[in-house]
Amino acid sequence: MSDTDTIDAVLERHRRDGTRLVQILRETQEQLGWLAPATLTHIAAAIGWPRAEVSGTASFYSFFHTRPRGRYCVLWSDNITDRMLGNGELIDAMCKKLWLEPGRVSEDGLVSVNTTSCTGMGDQGPALLVNYRAVTGMSQARLGEMVGLIRSEVPVAEWPADWFAVADNIRRKDILLAHDLAPGQALAAALERGPEQTLAEIKDARLRGRGGAGFATGLKWEACRNAPGSGSNPAHYVVCNADEGEPGTFKDRVLLTSCADLVFEGMSIAGLVVGAKKGLLYLRGEYRYLLEPLELALAARRSAGLLGGNILDSDFEFDIEIHLGAGAYICGEESALIESLEGKPGRPRIRPPFPVTRGYLDQPTTVNNVETLAAACLIATHGAAWYAQHGTEKSTGTKLLSVSGDCERPGIYEYPYGVTVRQVLEDCGASDSQAVQISGPSGVCVAEDEFSRRIAFEDLPTAGAFMIFDETRDMFEVARNFAHFFAHESCGFCTPCRVGTTLVRNMMDKIAQSHGSPYDIDELFKLHRLMQGASHCGLGNSACNPVFDTLNKFRPAYERRLKSLDYEPAFDLDAALSQARQMTGRDDAAAHLQNGGEA
Amino acid sequence: MNIFQLDGEDIPFRAGQTVMQAATRHGVYIPHLCWHPDFAAHGSCKLCTVKVNGRFGSACTLEAQPGMNVENRTTELDDKRRTMLQMFFVEGNHFCPSCEKSGNCALQATAYELKMMSPHFDMFYPDRPVDASHPDVLLDFNRCIMCSLCVTASREVDGKHVFAMGGRGILGRRIHINSESGKLADTDFALTDRAASICPVGVILEKRRGFAVPIGERKYDKSPISAQVKEKAP
Repeated sequence: MSDTDTIDAVLERHRRDGTRLVQILRETQEQLGWLAPATLTHIAAAIGWPRAEVSGTASFYSFFHTRPRGRYCVLWSDNITDRMLGNGELIDAMCKKLWLEPGRVSEDGLVSVNTTSCTGMGDQGPALLVNYRAVTGMSQARLGEMVGLIRSEVPVAEWPADWFAVADNIRRKDILLAHDLAPGQALAAALERGPEQTLAEIKDARLRGRGGAGFATGLKWEACRNAPGSGSNPAHYVVCNADEGEPGTFKDRVLLTSCADLVFEGMSIAGLVVGAKKGLLYLRGEYRYLLEPLELALAARRSAGLLGGNILDSDFEFDIEIHLGAGAYICGEESALIESLEGKPGRPRIRPPFPVTRGYLDQPTTVNNVETLAAACLIATHGAAWYAQHGTEKSTGTKLLSVSGDCERPGIYEYPYGVTVRQVLEDCGASDSQAVQISGPSGVCVAEDEFSRRIAFEDLPTAGAFMIFDETRDMFEVARNFAHFFAHESCGFCTPCRVGTTLVRNMMDKIAQSHGSPYDIDELFKLHRLMQGASHCGLGNSACNPVFDTLNKFRPAYERRLKSLDYEPAFDLDAALSQARQMTGRDDAAAHLQNGGEA
Repeated sequence: MNIFQLDGEDIPFRAGQTVMQAATRHGVYIPHLCWHPDFAAHGSCKLCTVKVNGRFGSACTLEAQPGMNVENRTTELDDKRRTMLQMFFVEGNHFCPSCEKSGNCALQATAYELKMMSPHFDMFYPDRPVDASHPDVLLDFNRCIMCSLCVTASREVDGKHVFAMGGRGILGRRIHINSESGKLADTDFALTDRAASICPVGVILEKRRGFAVPIGERKYDKSPISAQVKEKAP
């Protein structure tokens, strides 16, 4: 099959529909290895889009390659938890064994080694992606074997299967993970009750979004239901946000592995309530390996009469399609996610209008988190009164926590809302903890004197991440890792976030290299104040949170790195010589200004 | 007549107008770079950030409401704007003394208006190749501020889609040219396009025509950008 035939087959499968561009690009790249200029031109002509827009989308996503990549593309997950498990030494060792510089494709086009944002394997790292397949539990021994397989060009499909095993690690079950619902049971209850009464139950249960923001699910569904569709194809849509990109979060991965039916059923119930016939599940590219099992689960539901027309012998019609992301944290923001579903770069939209009135294809759309939709099944089955008995007055139900970092038993813990940080730490076997990063880098860093605080919307709201740092950890390095994350993931649309995240990263690096001064600390606070108010979306608004929190709570971690001077010149004479050192192949003491070299 | 307050001044507006549209029509300056009266708001530069009832928002996308109390030229907001201007200057390569657009450049004029005395932060010195392929037009991306006005003008007025904004983040985000080579010469772009004259800075320049109006007699040499609002009013 020629490349053109391959591309045409992909295009046909997607009806040459430009709104499916991200899927077209992904499938094309899976078969051809990369997206060559001629490939993009061909795709643009077929979907009738300007070529510049096609290349604009292709270049937005980290997982798309518009330049040739190695036949083996190794991307190490670089969250702080992977760092704590020693991924740095492993990356160095791998590059040494392969005679590679990180980020560069080897001369023979065989392999490239680089880092990527958290791949959602925080409880079983160090993790990596090889040709976009998830690998867990890396070790020196496994690394040696892997390098051998790469050198002898053994196809990834023939690598040891246990390298690709992903464990659920469910440590504590409550009403959601211990559910005993049969497929169709919750949906039958919702159909029996009808859309209005089901909506009333969701509202009475006071269900709130589990993705972090905590918006009332009932109000969202109601607004979507009441908004009229428009244009020539009026419709309503349900979107399940499975773009679990917040570093340290992996509970949606577990729900989609072990409770996929519950998630799909929650989407169907949402469809019934808002009047949608179609649901879309946006699955992050890092979870590519879940695509086939999820497609099988959908097929099983179709043959059981739980998807498609005349669902459970009613006149309700609903089906679900899976879209894959391609390495962009920003697509977890609901309007950016919709842009991505429409084939465009994931840039958050100007709001209002909100997705509930103008979302996917400009139609009313409800975007809900995986866990929220699963919880809706419990409410549909057992009713609002039963559900609201769990949790607290303002935070009903339970929350799945993705526990990682310094503890004996990392994994998934489900608790009724209101559980204290201390209780979670005890249960997972954490000792000598100095801090917990709640809800990932964009969340809150709590110190030891706050461990009696509660996981709840009214105290510590969370999307699920719970990263533990014991007293041996350097909280400055934690914040610096997060600063690098935000600089890498900023979409670049608005000025404060595009430039600000890079300025913050650079200042943190400067402090790390012991070139910082109290002046830089003031600058970090100034950037925090600017970015928090002026950024276009939540990414920029929260990008300085980890720096701000650690500066306030772990100030000594910063101060011991500062020069005692008030002023430190931004220009570093010794660093300026680094190019000369590289060109002359010298790195001896005399080639440095500080170490005996002549100034 | 609907009225809102901008720095204590009454601003009349029609239903559906944004704060920026109403203020501009009334002759009041709100600093901005990516907004243009002929096009829908882009909302990316964030220079028009104002404060309404204690909350920040972009004047170009914020719909005016009766009785709204909007802060505009306060010390707090102008400080933030100056920082964002400095961000523009350090993320690109801006050398005003040798730039053909000097005196006609909205970025430079806004920096003067807000009394920006230095770039403040370390320069990024990005590598942004110029495109001199087109017979009549030079593209110098060193000066691009990602306002997308050329994208919008080419799409909506010229009907050509010569430009698109693509890529991600500080390193990736850039204008993509609508040809496989990525060169302007391989598109149907023409000097007569609206997109050829929309750039607020010095990216899109006519070839073989330099300094026809001498420095000192240019648009913003005559009066500050804040005194030229009426010309923009729709």
